[in-house]
Amino acid sequence: MFGKSLLKRIDWLTIFTYIALVAIGWVNIYSSTFTEAEPSIFNFGTLHGKQLFFIGVSIIAIIVITALEANFYERFSSLFYIISIVMLLGLFVFGKTIAGATSWYDLGFFNLQPSELAKVATSLALAKYLSDIQTDIKSRKDQLFALGIILLPAILIIPQPDPGSALVFFALIFVIFREGLPLSYLLIGLLTILVFVMTLMFGTIWIAIVLGLLIVLFFLLKKKKFKVPIFPLISVVVITILFSLSVDFVFNNVFEQRHRDRFSLWLRLEKDPNKLEQIRKTIGYNTYQSEKAIESGGFFGKGFLEGTRTKGDFVPEQHTDYIFSTVGEEWGFLGTATVILLFTILFLRLVYLAERQKTAFPRMYGYGVISILFIHYFINIGMVIGILPTIGIPLPFFSYGGSGLLFFTILLFIFLKLDSNRLKEGI
Amino acid sequence: MKKILLSSIILIIGITFIGRLSYLQIFSFSTDNLLEDPAIKPIYDYPERGYIYDRNGKLLVGNDPAYDVMVIPREVKPLDTLEFCKLIGLDKETLIKRLKKARVYSPRLPSVLVPQLSKEDYAKLQEKMRHFEGFYIQKRSLRYYDTKSAANVLGYISEVNELDLAQNPYYVQGELKGRTGVEKTYEDTLRGEKGIQYIQKDRFNRDIGPYKDGILDRPPEQGKEISITIDKDLQEYGERLMHGKRGGIVALEPSSGEILSMISGPTYDPSLLVGRKRSKNYTKLYNDSIANPTWDRSILAEPSPGSPFKTLNALIALQEGVMTPETKIKCYNGFYVGKTKRGCHCGGGVRDMNVGIYRSCNAYFAGTFRKIYDKFETTDEGMDVWEKHMRSFGLGGYLGSDLHTGRPGRIPSVKYYDSWYGDDRWTSSYIISNSIGQGEVAATPIQLANMTAAIANRGHFFTPHILKKVDGKDITIPEFTELKQTTIDRKHFEPIVRGMANVYEKGTAKWVKIPGIEIAGKTGTVENFTIIDSVKTQLTDHSVFVAFAPVSKPEIAIAVYIENGYYGARYAGHIASLMIEKYMKGEITRKDLEKRMLEKTLEHEYAKPYSGEEFKINEYVW
Repeated sequence: MFGKSLLKRIDWLTIFTYIALVAIGWVNIYSSTFTEAEPSIFNFGTLHGKQLFFIGVSIIAIIVITALEANFYERFSSLFYIISIVMLLGLFVFGKTIAGATSWYDLGFFNLQPSELAKVATSLALAKYLSDIQTDIKSRKDQLFALGIILLPAILIIPQPDPGSALVFFALIFVIFREGLPLSYLLIGLLTILVFVMTLMFGTIWIAIVLGLLIVLFFLLKKKKFKVPIFPLISVVVITILFSLSVDFVFNNVFEQRHRDRFSLWLRLEKDPNKLEQIRKTIGYNTYQSEKAIESGGFFGKGFLEGTRTKGDFVPEQHTDYIFSTVGEEWGFLGTATVILLFTILFLRLVYLAERQKTAFPRMYGYGVISILFIHYFINIGMVIGILPTIGIPLPFFSYGGSGLLFFTILLFIFLKLDSNRLKEGI
Repeated sequence: MKKILLSSIILIIGITFIGRLSYLQIFSFSTDNLLEDPAIKPIYDYPERGYIYDRNGKLLVGNDPAYDVMVIPREVKPLDTLEFCKLIGLDKETLIKRLKKARVYSPRLPSVLVPQLSKEDYAKLQEKMRHFEGFYIQKRSLRYYDTKSAANVLGYISEVNELDLAQNPYYVQGELKGRTGVEKTYEDTLRGEKGIQYIQKDRFNRDIGPYKDGILDRPPEQGKEISITIDKDLQEYGERLMHGKRGGIVALEPSSGEILSMISGPTYDPSLLVGRKRSKNYTKLYNDSIANPTWDRSILAEPSPGSPFKTLNALIALQEGVMTPETKIKCYNGFYVGKTKRGCHCGGGVRDMNVGIYRSCNAYFAGTFRKIYDKFETTDEGMDVWEKHMRSFGLGGYLGSDLHTGRPGRIPSVKYYDSWYGDDRWTSSYIISNSIGQGEVAATPIQLANMTAAIANRGHFFTPHILKKVDGKDITIPEFTELKQTTIDRKHFEPIVRGMANVYEKGTAKWVKIPGIEIAGKTGTVENFTIIDSVKTQLTDHSVFVAFAPVSKPEIAIAVYIENGYYGARYAGHIASLMIEKYMKGEITRKDLEKRMLEKTLEHEYAKPYSGEEFKINEYVW
């Protein structure tokens, strides 16, 4: 089963970037959990020791995954999906609560997070459903069904509560876009977010002014013969303005103060220095500390195990969600740019791999993998460097966490297995 | 389109991240300043501030330990308030109030609970302190003055303010810094360098060990002790003589430029500006805008120099070859400027230079001044030459001493008069008052003393300075040890010195002779004005006197300036002679004179302009 052929056919560039990311990640976990009293590397009592153990487990998982038949995954994808849904439901009864979220099963030697499993299973199930010959993505019914596959686990995860993980599933919508959902949906979605943000930053009046200017510009530039669809134009304007007004209302009346604080922190809405200081000490503490830690690294960084803010545990959750700030402080811009570059190479390579598939299932699954990894990367680093609001999800391959590492590895290597198999299946 | 969409997003996000990171790590990044890092706590080790001695090794300023009771609010455990209050001498309410205040400031950081305990209280407390958690005693060092004099020379230290912190990164909130006097000028020498130890902390502000194993730590560098050129006894004596008088005295050692004493009246006890009562006392001193005790008249007052200035005009005339010592000028109990007669008190008659000086004849020096200017075709040329000679005596500009402050005085120039009268619209007659040291010339007492030292040295001087030794070693600062030559040749000084000696022998100061010491001096009586209810009003003349002794081998040059002391010999002359006698002999033989000078005050003169009534000036009452 481990013929020369597999080693030849598997994509080594992806594997190298994967190894590099896991290695760099572990070095930084070591640094952020390092104490002078416990310098030993191979001590499974320490966090970095545990992580090392899970790297070992992941290697075993890679061997098992690549050893299995490629069509195993497609065939049993529905089963996996059902199992993961059942496991998510089971959390309501048997779940273990850590840090306020009931997201784990206590397996004794380690805590299993079924939402991690659900990410893999949902990607497989979605690919399976979309690649089915009977599925027509142009039909509203099938669009809704595909959306249902994505939303079901998300809905089960939200009340844990783990909104960050739930958000990840929405990234899978991108797979549907790739397979034919009109891009105008995406455009409308993006415009909605834009109006939302702009309303908070500048207010409804400015939205109205900008809209007016756009319409004037439109009339000036249009060809003479072009007949303006007056009614749709008016309804777009009205809907936008109503939406903008409702944003104000929702923001001020429905949102709680902590939500408002997060937004005002993210969009730099608060200008009063005293209140800003208050935000920095409370809701914005993590972001502020991580930004400062990254900034203090400068271009070359302070060096391995020399990060003063890392050592002083100034950045909370530094070995998990804020691991990237350790990179920033100890390895400087050189380190952070290298990590960004590695991730970018990995994603572009995966897009290339997905696009070269001859069959629908591996391509769609590939897109699923990219969407999930990318949304983690985007939200996590965006949060750590202070350009996105605080949403607690880990950085793939980097953050401390056994479940996380294991299932990201499984997610990726199922795709590599499918890719290595692409020439064999001549269907 | 759909195929490249995802790749584009990946690239755009990648570039955005790199952009944000370069903003944070390259553009916002400032050189790694350890002191701004919240993860690093510097612990300072303060060296003792250096002692200050006088020129003879007598202690002027030392240090006194003081003990503050400190509290770290969050470490305070419930305690026996009754016993504790008794121990530290506070009542319960005050204690509770102060604890509350400390907590408001910071629960984590130490605050002062009781400042500056006495040594006795400290001894009592020390043993029992460990029973009270959250409290400890911090030793501090305060300045201790072994004299009640020289406040203006020594200066004071006080806590650094925002400006100091912004200007000099060395200082940290709460540290002390020299504000005036020697404490300011030699701040770096006296202060030493604090030791620093960097401690790595976690976010709960707990110490987790030395940062980088202490390789960046620095031991404290001791503050150096210095000796200043002041003679403690002379300084103290001079301040006693200034009792009830306003003005300044500066005594120099001509052979070195060392400042033997620098007295400003009125003055204050330097101990007033130490410790708990410092800020109250400072406000009181600072707000006394009439007597102005914090204004050092010895280096900041800029009166017209008066008659001592005549000696320089005589020197210039000799140097320029327009006169010889034998040149005679007739005094008509005054002299004429155009048709206006200006008075003279010398008694009238034909004067040569010697008599001109010791009788202080105004007419003689008005003539001298004219002769200098007549040598040149234009007044401008004459003025330039005259100004150059004057400036070579250290007048009309900053001396470049190591005092913390100073004033340039004034030697007017062509430019000065051009802007006053207009180009070529003035002649030597317009500025004839400068011949007798009135008019536009102005000099600080230290400049007058320096000028006198230059005459005493027959043509050169050393920049006046206050620092004598650092850590027991004599200073080798070239600015102070190198001789400054005036523009007057040595040979021209003898006639002037002889004239000044005759001031004591038979001239304007003949009744202030000191038995056994040959003195050369020159009196000065300086007209001065003030503005009362927007009317220019003349006040009693300032009394000025310059002198050096002994004539042949001068050891002291002195300038005395007494505000509204009337004629030169009256106060200034007497004080100068007592100072010289004190310095040369160590004790005073003329007890009556001494007693009179110590007791007399001029408060009645100083009260006149504020009386709101008409008043007489230049009264002969004692």
